Amino acid sequence: MASTAHSATSRVAWLAIPGAGYLLLVFALPLALLLASSFQSEQGGFTWQGYTNFLSDPFNATVVWNTLKIAFIVTGLCLLIGYPTAFAMARTSLPVQGGMFLALILPLSVGVIVKSFAWTIILRSNGPINHILMSLGIVDDPVKLLFNERGLVIAAVHVFLPFMVLPIFTVARQIDSRMQEAAATLGATPVHTFLKVTWPLSLPGVVTGCAFVFSMAVSMYVIPALLIGDRYQTLPAMMARAYLFMRDRQAGSTMAVVLLLIAVFIVVASTLLTRRLQARTQAQGVAA
Amino acid sequence: MNSICMVRWARGLLLTAVALFMLLPLLVVVLVSFSDSSVFNLPSGAWSLRWYDSMLHKEGLGATLSLSLGVALASTLVALVLGTLCAVAIEQGRFKGREALLAFLVSPLLMPGLVIGVALLQALRAIGLQDVFGALLIGHIVITLPYVTRTVHASLVLFDMRLIEAAQTLGLSKPRALLQVMVPGLAPAFLTSGLFAFLASMDNYPISIFLTDARQKTLPIEILRYLEESPDPTIAAISSCLIFLAIVVLVVAERLVGMRRLAQF
Repeated sequence: MASTAHSATSRVAWLAIPGAGYLLLVFALPLALLLASSFQSEQGGFTWQGYTNFLSDPFNATVVWNTLKIAFIVTGLCLLIGYPTAFAMARTSLPVQGGMFLALILPLSVGVIVKSFAWTIILRSNGPINHILMSLGIVDDPVKLLFNERGLVIAAVHVFLPFMVLPIFTVARQIDSRMQEAAATLGATPVHTFLKVTWPLSLPGVVTGCAFVFSMAVSMYVIPALLIGDRYQTLPAMMARAYLFMRDRQAGSTMAVVLLLIAVFIVVASTLLTRRLQARTQAQGVAA
Repeated sequence: MNSICMVRWARGLLLTAVALFMLLPLLVVVLVSFSDSSVFNLPSGAWSLRWYDSMLHKEGLGATLSLSLGVALASTLVALVLGTLCAVAIEQGRFKGREALLAFLVSPLLMPGLVIGVALLQALRAIGLQDVFGALLIGHIVITLPYVTRTVHASLVLFDMRLIEAAQTLGLSKPRALLQVMVPGLAPAFLTSGLFAFLASMDNYPISIFLTDARQKTLPIEILRYLEESPDPTIAAISSCLIFLAIVVLVVAERLVGMRRLAQF
C-alpha cells in the first residue's frame, strides 16, 4: 500500500515534463545559443570581439547608464506612490478597496501601447495637462513633457504602478493594524513604529514589487519608443536596432547578453533577499 | 479624534489621486476617439463617429486582428494544459528541486522580452521554421505558460486534498473525483490566469516583433506602425475598442470570481 502511494507521488512528477521540457527547448536553449553566439566570430571561432567593442565605445556606457538611471527613478517613484497607496487600500472600507482594485486592474488589462499612446496625447504641448496648467496661470508657456525624460518617467510609472501596489497590498493586509497601535501605546513615536514594525514586516512585498518594476523598466521598449523617440537611446532600443535595422548580429547578441545579465542579477538578488527576510522573520518568531 | 479624521482625509485624497492617475489616460483615449477633429483633441462640442468608420475601412486590420486573436487563444489553451500539469507535478510530487523548477517555469516573466524574441528568432532560423503563425505560437506560449503555472500552483497549495479522498470515500473513482471536485475548485485559477495570459499575448510586442514579417503582423506591431507613419485618431478608436474589450472581460471575470481573486493573477 505504502509503495503504491509512493509510486503514485513519484509518477505525478512526470506531469511536469511537457511544460518544463517545452521551456528548456524553446526558452533556455535559445538563450544559451544566444550567449554562445555573442562569443562567436564571423568565421565561427571564439572571440571576445563583441564585448571589447561594446566596452570600448563610451557611448554604450552612456546608454547603459541611461537605462539603469530611468529604471531606478521609475522604481523609486513607484515605491514612493505605491507604498502608501497599498497601505491606505489595506486600511480602507471594502467598497473603496474594490474600486481601487478596478482602478489598478483595468489599466493592467489594457495594452502597453494603448497606455503609452494615451500619454502622448495627454502630455503634448497643446494637450490637456498644459491646457490646465496655463488656464490656471501656473505657467505662461506650454511645459515640454513629451520627447524628454519627464514624459517617459510619468508614462512608465503609470504602466508599472500596479505591479508595485499589489504585492505590497498583500503584505500590508497581513500586518495587523493593532500591532502599530500597540507600539504607539507603548510610547513609540510614529516614525519609530514605522521603522521598527511596519517597514520590516512589509519588506517582502517591497522586494517583490521593486524586482518586478525594475526588471520591466530596464527592458521596456514600447514606452520609450513612443514617449521619447530615437534620440534617447536605451539598451533595449539599441539592441533591437542592431538586429532589425543594422543586421549586426555580434553587437546585438552582446547587448542582449548584457540585458540578460542585468535581469538575472535582479532575479537572483531579490530571491536571496526574500529568503533572508523569511529566515529572519522565522528566527524572530522562534525567539518570541 | 481629530488626528483620526485627518488620517482618513489623507487616505481618501491619496486613493482618489491614484485612481484618477490610473484611469484618466484611458478616459482621454476614449474621448479623443469620439472627437470630430483630425488632430488628437478632446471633443469640444462636436462629437463624431468618423474614426470608428475609418477603423472599419482600414486595410489589413481584420487579418491583423484575427492573427492576434488566434495566437492569443491557441497559446492560452496550450498554456492552460501544460501549466496545470506542471503545477500539479510540483504541488503533489515529492521530488527534489521543486522550488527551483517552479522558479524556472515562472522565469520568462522576469526576462527581457526582446532578448527572448531575439534568441527565438535565431533558434527558429536555425531549424528553418518560416511559418509566422507557428513561430508566434511557439514564442507566445513561453510568456503565457508562467502565468498559468504560477496561479494554478498558488491555488493548488490552498486546495484541501482531503476533499478528493472524501469524494472517493463517497464512491467516486479517482479520475472522477479529480474532475468533479478539483477542477471546479481550481476554476477561478484557470479563469484568472487564462485571462491574463490571453491579454499578455494580445499585448505582446517585444517577442512578436522578431517573429513576424512584412505581410503578417500582430495588432500591437500594426498599431505602433500606424502611430509612427500616419498618426490620426483612428488609433484612438482602435484603442477604445481594446479598452472596451478589457472592461467586458473584467466584468465577466468579476461576476465569476470577484475582483480580489483577479488581483492575484
